[in-house]
Amino acid sequence: MTEISPLAEPDTIRAALDDAGRERWTRMTTEVGEDPTRLGRVFPAAARQTGRGPLPGTDGVLIEDAVRVDLVRSAASTLDAAALLDELREVYRYGDSDEKRAVLHALNGAPADVDGSDVLLDALRTNDTRLVAAAMGPHSDRLDDDAWRQGVLKCLFTEVPVSAVTGLAARADRELAEMVTRYQREREAAGRVVPPDVQVVLDACAPTDPTPRDS
Amino acid sequence: MRIFDPHIHMTSRTTDDYEAMYAGGVRAVVEPAFWLGQPRTSLGSFTDYFDAIIGWERFRAAQFGISHHCTIALNPKEANDPRCAEVLDVLPRYLAKDGVVAVGEVGFDSMTRAEEDAFVRQLELAVEFELPAMVHTPHRDKEQGTRRTLELVEASGLAPGMVVVDHLNEVTVDQVDAAGCWMGFSIYPDTKMDEHRMVAILQRRGLDRVLVNSAADWGRSDPMKTVRTGEAMLAAGFSDDDVDRVLWRNPVEFFGQSGRLLLDQDEAVDTTATFEGNSVLRGSRD
Repeated sequence: MTEISPLAEPDTIRAALDDAGRERWTRMTTEVGEDPTRLGRVFPAAARQTGRGPLPGTDGVLIEDAVRVDLVRSAASTLDAAALLDELREVYRYGDSDEKRAVLHALNGAPADVDGSDVLLDALRTNDTRLVAAAMGPHSDRLDDDAWRQGVLKCLFTEVPVSAVTGLAARADRELAEMVTRYQREREAAGRVVPPDVQVVLDACAPTDPTPRDS
Repeated sequence: MRIFDPHIHMTSRTTDDYEAMYAGGVRAVVEPAFWLGQPRTSLGSFTDYFDAIIGWERFRAAQFGISHHCTIALNPKEANDPRCAEVLDVLPRYLAKDGVVAVGEVGFDSMTRAEEDAFVRQLELAVEFELPAMVHTPHRDKEQGTRRTLELVEASGLAPGMVVVDHLNEVTVDQVDAAGCWMGFSIYPDTKMDEHRMVAILQRRGLDRVLVNSAADWGRSDPMKTVRTGEAMLAAGFSDDDVDRVLWRNPVEFFGQSGRLLLDQDEAVDTTATFEGNSVLRGSRD
């Protein structure tokens, strides 16, 4: 009932797996399609049952992420938004970092009536850069302005490329510019290098305030 | 010298340790779930700890070029507290994870009934999840604890080759050897074993089924003791290949039985040359 966008096209995933991996992928997809509560059982082993590492033909997508998002797609097809969120919260809660990241990727492909912002906020509290990056994808439009700005600033702090932040140009505002400018001054005062992404964020903020001032 | 420390508690160690370990050749570790010094009193503090050793600590180690794995279990000491008994119920959630390469540390601390019940239950889980077991032997009355350990292992149906009995010394090694289990030795600054006594045991009985670890934790211990043992082996006339076998290929062989090792491709390439099967390859199928 709920449609999740794939992280990679099924043909691309299929081409990256060997026969045994394809067979297991199909079996797992069928299993969670028939009983979505099995998602938490198949998620942990999904990578070693299929494959791992960069997915050829994509821009940095990992095989294990694409397979797990596909499993969520299959489970979601029989769940409404609330039931899907319940399942995803459970999988995220008991997942290792790879599983948590896959849940975040699945949320990034979720329709408007799915709001997993609580899961994103958990990811943004970690210092795991892979989780922080995934949490600032398309689903971050559910975050309120304060949380979203803190997320952008966290990317700068933890050296997550701000290219991971979806909708930066559209949402960057004067307040974010002021926060980033203060961060820049703190770095300069300490004699430390200012990451190039600081200017990227300030440029993104520029349309709303071309000359951000200190508050 | 490439080193796989098969027993070290990195949550208790600093980033300086990670840097020194990498410089010394350590490229992979196993972090067994254990007692944290302060007894825990609830399920939640265990699950947060388990989440840390399958999550944050793995990420932290990766920042220093080290592949981090763990083992999951209710440890013997805390198995005596009934408030912690429900930990046994959540273990299946963790035992299916990638990078969880054994059930452990299980075994005895004070040789109580509660410890034995938890030990037996967790050996059953090892059989069910097709995982090796890492068995802690007690600090006190080690010889008797080791004997009872081996009886329970035999009764469990878990193959001896799927079991490492850890913290052995000159007194306990032979009975474990005779049982066909793997033999774990913890090299400490001033308790358990030291690197020179370790070399003497290797000279006496050979290199097969031996795992050498630092067991470094929050107590007085040294994460570089695996490196020191490799140096002591070389000084005693063992070859580079002997050192590689004890400090890398043996732990890869033992924990590779889980099918859940997470080793980078370049490390695994060398491994496949000496270890049959490809279960250690990152991206492998089982």
